[in-house]
Amino acid sequence: MTHFIQVLIDAVAIGSLYALVALAIGLVFGVMRLINFAQGDYITIGAYSLVVPSAAATPALMFGALPWPAMILCVILTVVVLALVTERLAFRPLRNSDLTSLLISSFAVSYFLQSLILMVHGGRPKTVSIGDALSRAVEIFGVRLPGVQLLTMVVALTLLIVLVLFLKKTPIGIQLRAAAEDFQMARLLGVPANRVIAIAFAISGILGGTISLLVIIQTGTLDIRMGLMPTIFAFFATVIGGMGSLPGAVVGGYIMGILSVLLQAYLPAELRPFRDAGVFSIVILILLVRPQGIFAKTAKERV
Amino acid sequence: MLKIEQVVAGYGRLTALKNIDLRVDKGEVVFVVGPNGAGKSTLLKTISGLMAPTSGRISFQGERVDGKAPEQVCRKGLALIPEGRHIFKTLTVQENLLVGAMIRKNAMEVRADMEMVLETFPILRERYNGVAGHLSGGEQQQLAIARSILQRPTLLMIDEPSLGLAPLMIDQVYSSLRQLNQTGLTLLIVEQSTGRIMDLASRIYVLRNGNVVLEDAPGNLANGNALDAAYFGFSDNAA
Repeated sequence: MTHFIQVLIDAVAIGSLYALVALAIGLVFGVMRLINFAQGDYITIGAYSLVVPSAAATPALMFGALPWPAMILCVILTVVVLALVTERLAFRPLRNSDLTSLLISSFAVSYFLQSLILMVHGGRPKTVSIGDALSRAVEIFGVRLPGVQLLTMVVALTLLIVLVLFLKKTPIGIQLRAAAEDFQMARLLGVPANRVIAIAFAISGILGGTISLLVIIQTGTLDIRMGLMPTIFAFFATVIGGMGSLPGAVVGGYIMGILSVLLQAYLPAELRPFRDAGVFSIVILILLVRPQGIFAKTAKERV
Repeated sequence: MLKIEQVVAGYGRLTALKNIDLRVDKGEVVFVVGPNGAGKSTLLKTISGLMAPTSGRISFQGERVDGKAPEQVCRKGLALIPEGRHIFKTLTVQENLLVGAMIRKNAMEVRADMEMVLETFPILRERYNGVAGHLSGGEQQQLAIARSILQRPTLLMIDEPSLGLAPLMIDQVYSSLRQLNQTGLTLLIVEQSTGRIMDLASRIYVLRNGNVVLEDAPGNLANGNALDAAYFGFSDNAA
């Protein structure tokens, strides 16, 4: 029983991470109909900003050497600026062209950023240790909770609540939701297109930077492709949640997390390497039953 | 008030508006009618800034607005309710109205106007905190109109206000449009059917294949033959 609870906590922690990435992807998709595959590279660059560029396997710390409030601020700021710059240079000029061009542009940005890291930091994986104290486990009611997982869950929950309050209670948040549902109508009512899109990218940057830190605290490894898997999982999360639905993205994120951890824990040992194949097979099954996703609008308009 | 001169607009190689001249004077209710594909919706999209004209001039209250973004055009007092109403279905009724009022500066006035539209459309007060997607078609049309009133436009453009509504509902929508016009709001309305527009219209334009084929006051069109002829493209009235 305690084993099951521990697996469950694992699942929720990973799910929280996917939910955050999915939200970032979902927000940008909402206002721009762009699936931003560069989101993963935002995460990677945020993580690399912790260390000084060098060829060393255990590089000197840059932002990672700062006291933690400053470190968090610097990493998040880096990713926000990066997200805004890519929006301005790679996506805004294409806003009125077709969606395929936007998608291709996001792949281009993604490869560009990966090559940039390769040039600046070199290609080999590096170790970086921040937040070592967090790897100690806390014991609650006989369940051992690694501090990192506790942190991930608390941070994810806090961000979710703050984001929901922002989207529901502030004028800009309401305008953002309006634009996400019907961009042209929002513009007709005076919502400035550029500002709304920039805000969506900035939020995706805040989420991206936070995820960078959470992933690094968990794994302690820098790798050029470290942002890729969470982004792919999160992309599938937005699809099973229902493209364009933010609650759907969050629920989808938790579903992906729970699926992957449960399969990891309960698949026979010899099948475990194929865990991801299992996860995505289940995703395909979900989509066969509900192609529009779980949270997509199905309510027919009454006359 | 609104002046459209030699406007050409289209999608890619398709020219939807060939050479349009049209004007709306203060206090008028101007109708643009025409069959499917005549370019009526394109006309409103071009005026509101959703599309840029390929050539020609659009001026509103003496100021050029062609080529401006919709978020700028609406700040000049030119509002559009597009075809299909486009209310924000996942937002509450209140949030829809708040987005409508976003360009307004004076919070006191907004509050007064909010009270006024809830007075005019009591159903919206009833559903104030409900999700707008759960409203019926007629209620959604009322919300779309209320949302536009909160923009406080000087000219309101509406694309097919009667589309998809039950006849009784259409009567209600038109009676609220008439009321709005009596309070001084100028209206430019696109309709596909000519049935209900005669008694409200100051002037009528008939659009066909991207051209204005007829412009007249309804009094001169009373027997309907000229209107039908222009609408259907008959070569002579007897047809």
